[in-house]
Amino acid sequence: MIPAVRIQHEDFDVAAEIEALSAGRMDTGAVASFIGLCRDESGRLSALELEHYPGMAEAEMSRVAEQAASRWPLIGLTVIHRFGLIRPGERIVLVLASSSHREAAFRAAEFLMDFLKTHAPFWKREHLRTGELGPWVAAKAADDVAASRWER
Amino acid sequence: MKLVYFAWVRERVGQAEENVEPPSDVGTVADLVAWLKTRGEGYAHAFENERVIRAAIDHVHVKPDTALDGAREVAFFPPMTGG
Repeated sequence: MIPAVRIQHEDFDVAAEIEALSAGRMDTGAVASFIGLCRDESGRLSALELEHYPGMAEAEMSRVAEQAASRWPLIGLTVIHRFGLIRPGERIVLVLASSSHREAAFRAAEFLMDFLKTHAPFWKREHLRTGELGPWVAAKAADDVAASRWER
Repeated sequence: MKLVYFAWVRERVGQAEENVEPPSDVGTVADLVAWLKTRGEGYAHAFENERVIRAAIDHVHVKPDTALDGAREVAFFPPMTGG
């Protein structure tokens, strides 16, 4: 199984990605999906700007996907992360994991998100409704805790 | 070697990338940070809280005590906030 890893500015089509993952696979019994969206933080934000490290972002996302594939019996994996200016309500990230049974799909999707947050080289910056450039978003300790619970 | 900076580390350093030739006694990532801090106010500001700065060598995450042996591209950046 070769994970599909993409980094792009453009939006993605969730239904088409699910179809691509499961089409022609009669052994697939479950597809778990996670979609991360841009929040407006109670009306404060006009957009989030996502900076990334080209080259390493692809490499690290692929490494995390390979780890997931080695831990659970997956049939397919899709990971898409957007960069650039993203408005509230728009999609930022997509993780799809397919397997014969739901447990592996759910767990792999959750693992992937926990590790992407703490390992994939992306940084968010706030753009404010006032027209001003806001601060860089600070990393949350809770995200490190979420990632560390997968250690074994 | 090539150095690349991201997010607020890039802003504080004042450039996105540069080529440097550190002195021969700079052997690890931590040594490189210590040397960079001597290169001006921007660097000192960027690396003032060294423990929060993350590093990668040739697109792989590394720790401060990692040797620079053969490194082509070293990156410095804040903790990641994607997803």
